[in-house]
Amino acid sequence: MIKSKLMMSAIVLLMASIYLPSCKPKNVSSATSGDAAIKSFVAPGKYDEFYNFVSGGFSGQMTVYGIPSGRLFRAIPVFSVDPEKGYGYTEETKPMLNTSHGFVPWDDLHHPALSTTDGIHDGKWAFGNANNTPRVARIDLKTFRTVEIIEIPNSGGNHSSPFITENTEYVVAGTRFSVPMDNNRDVAIDTYKENFRGTVSFINVDKESGRMGIAFQILLPGVNFDLARAGKGKSHGWFFFSCYNSERANTLLEVNSTQKDKDFVMAVNWKKAEEYVKSGKGVKKDVSYAHNVYDEKTHSATSTMEKEVIMLDPKDCPDMVYFMPCPKSPHGCDTDPTGEYIVGSGKLAAIIPVFSFTKIQAAIAAKNFDGDYEGIPVLKYDAVLHGEVKKPGLGPLHTEFDADGNAYTSFFVSSEVVKWKLSDLSVVDRVPTYYSVGHLCVPGGPTKKPWGKYMIAYNKITKDRYLPTGPELAQSAQLYDISGEKMKLILDFPTIGEPHYAEAIPAELLSKNSTKIYRIEENAHPYVAKGEKEAKVERKGNEVHVYMTSIRSHFVPDNIEGVKMGDVVYFHVTNLEQDWDVPHGFAVKGANNAELLIMPGETQTLAWRPDRIGVFPMYCTDFCSALHQEMQGYIRVSPAGANIPLTFSTGKKAAPAPEAAK
Amino acid sequence: MSRKIKNKITKASLLIVLGIAIYSCSTPIRQKNEEASGTASTENAAPAEVSTESKDAKGIGKFTKVELSPTLDVKMATIGKEVYDVKCASCHRLNDEKLVGPGWKDVTQRRTAEWVMNFSTNPDEMLDKDAIAKGMLEECLVRMPNQSLTDDDARSVYEYMRENDGVK
Repeated sequence: MIKSKLMMSAIVLLMASIYLPSCKPKNVSSATSGDAAIKSFVAPGKYDEFYNFVSGGFSGQMTVYGIPSGRLFRAIPVFSVDPEKGYGYTEETKPMLNTSHGFVPWDDLHHPALSTTDGIHDGKWAFGNANNTPRVARIDLKTFRTVEIIEIPNSGGNHSSPFITENTEYVVAGTRFSVPMDNNRDVAIDTYKENFRGTVSFINVDKESGRMGIAFQILLPGVNFDLARAGKGKSHGWFFFSCYNSERANTLLEVNSTQKDKDFVMAVNWKKAEEYVKSGKGVKKDVSYAHNVYDEKTHSATSTMEKEVIMLDPKDCPDMVYFMPCPKSPHGCDTDPTGEYIVGSGKLAAIIPVFSFTKIQAAIAAKNFDGDYEGIPVLKYDAVLHGEVKKPGLGPLHTEFDADGNAYTSFFVSSEVVKWKLSDLSVVDRVPTYYSVGHLCVPGGPTKKPWGKYMIAYNKITKDRYLPTGPELAQSAQLYDISGEKMKLILDFPTIGEPHYAEAIPAELLSKNSTKIYRIEENAHPYVAKGEKEAKVERKGNEVHVYMTSIRSHFVPDNIEGVKMGDVVYFHVTNLEQDWDVPHGFAVKGANNAELLIMPGETQTLAWRPDRIGVFPMYCTDFCSALHQEMQGYIRVSPAGANIPLTFSTGKKAAPAPEAAK
Repeated sequence: MSRKIKNKITKASLLIVLGIAIYSCSTPIRQKNEEASGTASTENAAPAEVSTESKDAKGIGKFTKVELSPTLDVKMATIGKEVYDVKCASCHRLNDEKLVGPGWKDVTQRRTAEWVMNFSTNPDEMLDKDAIAKGMLEECLVRMPNQSLTDDDARSVYEYMRENDGVK
């Protein structure tokens, strides 16, 4: 019986191997090559070659995958609360999500950008943009945690962001929606052309600490800024932004913003802008925006409201901003590794225009203008054009680069990636994607030194690629081997939220620096308990502060009495472990927020407002040892007027709490 | 073609792909990964027991000979107590009562200084390979955590253990 089954499989195998090569590409399996499994296989216990930082889109997170395996390692909460990690729920992390609109617990993260030095990945930070309530976040690549968020004033949606300059001097933020500003904000929407303006912001980044600050903003006509890239190498000092809606429509943009054959790519000379700021050409604007910083020593974030930005108006600052005509409704705006070429991708264009930085400089010097747009000089299209890629596909969106002079452009409408040569603009290869591809990622693709080897396509439609899961399907990415002449699809992997842009960086640039623990000796949290000796419970008016410790496998204290209705109990839990990968969790019944997940050596705080009298269980949520299930305790809540003294203990008779700290 | 056969063919083609993967790639992939990421994982060979249950056992780690003075180094013991309060007291009492781990009373009689310091700085390897440590794990069932003690911390804690055991 077994023998015959084996025979049968052998026959099937044989048949299949004959059958497969001859069948026409129809579906999933036929598009992959025979060695796909080898190329994307990472054996159990082995590491991936690259970290892939992927935007979580409307999940508000940034996700981290391994390449080539496509394994998900981490979802880093950035702009959205995350009950799993307590992010946005703990007292320490709530200030991270503060804005001028108050606490905003969600956003739409579109683009990661990894910090560079001399145009090459340095492995320090990842930046991410909030597309809805305009913000830029910085993530520390030692801890994989969000450590700073700065809000962008005078912006109506931060899409054109957070692209960075060669040495991470600046992170940019260009507003997608133009808006009325200053004291003229309550205006009729159909006065768009008179009253609505756009801005791009340049956020400086401290070389050592990474701390951000808005250096200046540039006031611009009311177009929509879409994407951007810094110059590099010879074009270092310049920044390029794609702009659509040069019609300046305020309704039915689908029709009204697609009237003209060409919109613009905007070129900004930011070195010049710096000079203007220095020489006082900027105007101070009264604004209000939140600047939130997480301190690794106190394990706490603070939120500060900033009150001022410097605005540069191109009218007062000649030779700072130029427009270049770009067909049609441009989306991607990508600079090649040498910095010579700027690729504009017009969503509705039949060609891909490639601009030459050398020609841009020559056209500016010769004042080779085609008039102006709202006072800003428009360079002649033919004067700045390196050339056009002819008949590349339908709906070009984004372009990435390898180290060998090739460009890879995604085509949304024709669901394909097209490889072409920067030198002669000839198309050399094309592969299908499944389906409607948006962004692409080549490791190091936006830097001066692409690491190459792989290309990842992030798709907008997943239909029929995976087992169905109801109306909402997994988002998906596809991995291609680009080490040869031909691009080869080697893996599909699902992603979280809607993936937009992503960057990939060699694993060894980050893995060796990964933080393993927070040193308990350096913990400067105001409510830390360094050792069980310091565990205690204190009452301050109606606040009850529990200085709690956790270690495998008990809390101190684990019995608390004397809490009364109307009290707010703050559980400040310090994880006393000093070993990698031993977090403890903390949860208490009826909490209206989330759990705590406390890393070794860290202190985190959960505020709990008991809503009824009784005895409430609390426990460790992260399986920590053989006796994890025993890691639990009780807190008793008595009526408001009760005479129960505040006591706490673990493993012995309750001792009365010391008298209230005033 | 019937749906059933189609299904079988799909399965078979998967098998082929897997077959190729298993057959032809184990060596190159391993090499590739080691180049790319250095040490990925430890081999899973059964650990050899290298230590005995003897009272003179020194355990496994960097400490092979610790000099002890006949009298107590008070300053060191004081530092040791500070470390104990933060990193050890959660699990170890100073008397003979077992909490999570054993009480420390007379530990300096039961174990050598080298064993204690190797265990406190290198608990994972000790728990995998050292006969005494393995025996203790069977009793306590909680692996002693690596509390990231420095060499000096470990020495100071040992001095505090000596003080606890009556060395003046």
